[in-house]
Amino acid sequence: MAHGEIRLDHKVILGMVTDGASVLDLGCGEGELLSILEKEKKVRGQGIEFSEQAIYSCVEKGLSVYHGDIDTGLSEYGDGSFDYVILNESLQQVWKSGVVLNEALRVGRKVIVGFPNFGYYSVRLQVFFGGRTPVTPSLPYMWYDTPNVHFISISDFEEYCKNRGVSVLDSVFIRKNSVTRILPNLFADTGIFMISKTPSPP
Amino acid sequence: MDVVKIMRNRIDKSDHLHKRTSKGTQHEDPKKDRGLGIVETRYFTFHELVTLGGRKLSPVTLAYETYGSLNSEKSNAILVLHAFSGDAHATGFHEGAEKPGWWDILIGPGKAFDTDKYFVICSNVIGGCKGSTGPSSINPETGKSYGLKFPMITIDDMVNAQRHLIDHLGIDKLLAVAGGSMGGLQALQWMASYPERVRSAIPIAATVRHTPQQIAFNEVGRQAIMADPNWKSGDYYDGPPPSAGLAVARMVGHITYMSERSLEEKTTARRDPASTFKSTAVLEVEQYLSYQGNKFVERFDANSYLFISKAMDHFDLSGELTHALKRSGMKALVIAFKTDWLYPPEHSKEIVRACKMAGVNATYCEIDSPHGHDSFLLESEQQGHLIRHFLEKVAKE
Repeated sequence: MAHGEIRLDHKVILGMVTDGASVLDLGCGEGELLSILEKEKKVRGQGIEFSEQAIYSCVEKGLSVYHGDIDTGLSEYGDGSFDYVILNESLQQVWKSGVVLNEALRVGRKVIVGFPNFGYYSVRLQVFFGGRTPVTPSLPYMWYDTPNVHFISISDFEEYCKNRGVSVLDSVFIRKNSVTRILPNLFADTGIFMISKTPSPP
Repeated sequence: MDVVKIMRNRIDKSDHLHKRTSKGTQHEDPKKDRGLGIVETRYFTFHELVTLGGRKLSPVTLAYETYGSLNSEKSNAILVLHAFSGDAHATGFHEGAEKPGWWDILIGPGKAFDTDKYFVICSNVIGGCKGSTGPSSINPETGKSYGLKFPMITIDDMVNAQRHLIDHLGIDKLLAVAGGSMGGLQALQWMASYPERVRSAIPIAATVRHTPQQIAFNEVGRQAIMADPNWKSGDYYDGPPPSAGLAVARMVGHITYMSERSLEEKTTARRDPASTFKSTAVLEVEQYLSYQGNKFVERFDANSYLFISKAMDHFDLSGELTHALKRSGMKALVIAFKTDWLYPPEHSKEIVRACKMAGVNATYCEIDSPHGHDSFLLESEQQGHLIRHFLEKVAKE
């Protein structure tokens, strides 16, 4: 995987993680990102994944994974037991997003969150003019088969951080496979944030 | 009773009067040429074992088998641990036998525990009756079988005895310890007792502590044995064994090893409202259970049943596992089965929790298998996939 084409969001996250760090990937899927991180950054990785089939793929990749819910799987970990906790494309799929975020911020010294932006202009147009549930490259599902249970916009997330005293250490916005800075809540289809509970470290 | 007799004759006997096959139990072409072929049990005797309870057992013999070859660095050894009624014969065929060892689906050339790569060891637990020192062995002090004079043993004692064998084989550090059910308990005990001597552990369908429910089922089995007039306070080796009691104990155990669905699949209940109550089995499930019970008495010793089940019931690592694993650098693969209600997935998650708290790198998978607790003996594909790749990873590090 790592020698082939790396997805842009994975590249962005790869750029955020330091060498040799410990990483907990919540909702790690088939372990694509985690194995890139282990290969490129020599991280000590651990994943949590709900799908049994995905677990088999992870183990095949030599990853250490826990088969279970991310809503319940974090309580045993002590405060700050990982350098990074990653929630890429998974925060919008858990029932108790707020609880999971809090737990992630407790367990990880830094938390990286990547999600499809519900403020993306195409989403707005589809809702406003079409009166339809939006389908976009980062929100590719129909209403009846989507795994997403929450919709978050970049502005929502920024406001959440501000209100909760969560520091945003870094943010990268993606539009159609390139990084963008222009009015991200309108033009980015994906947002990736690195946040932390403690005040910004030096 | 005829059904039982016929089925009994079919199993593990050289004098087959009624050779019959029955659906579901027949092994397809065992591929003897591809597998390990004929394997033999060997014996290792050491001077003395002091049990956790402070009793001395001397001498101690362990029946064991090995498959594959130990590499020059002695770094490819895997100790496989058997369940309650298992033995040292984990794979391959004994001379003249029709059935292979108990974990043949996973151990062999090209299998999950690949004997082309690894040196796999399996020994019969102490307290057992398959060649290792147990209550049916001769007590050198009396010249008679130990019976109830055999010391109370624990899972801890079983593992200590195995450690003597590992020392004897010149292995300093095991690549892995692995087993299901009581084998899983031993794997956990190895993790706790000798964290510096194992690189990884694979506890399957196990638990950190025997719960009152699990103890209760074992107690019913023990009471059935002890209520058999032939038991004679364990001093029955000169006469008929307490077979009826032991068969009932096995029946209870067997029910707990299966899921509702697997029991359903093994048997189809033919209910005949016109029948009168008989003491013989009428429904297929009754026949199936009495077949299992009667088959068991031919190969197992009732006192071993008492001692080993007690050892399991005393198992409790809940307080010490995390502490023992801290800074061990060990890796763990914990496997549970969705339909296992004897050692349900919740119990395996507790093992993972202990690993997490100790900072041990653990992988956990709950396999959606329909076979209940017995899945660890039957599920080759998913279980094999996990074990194969996990071992490859550990071996590389």
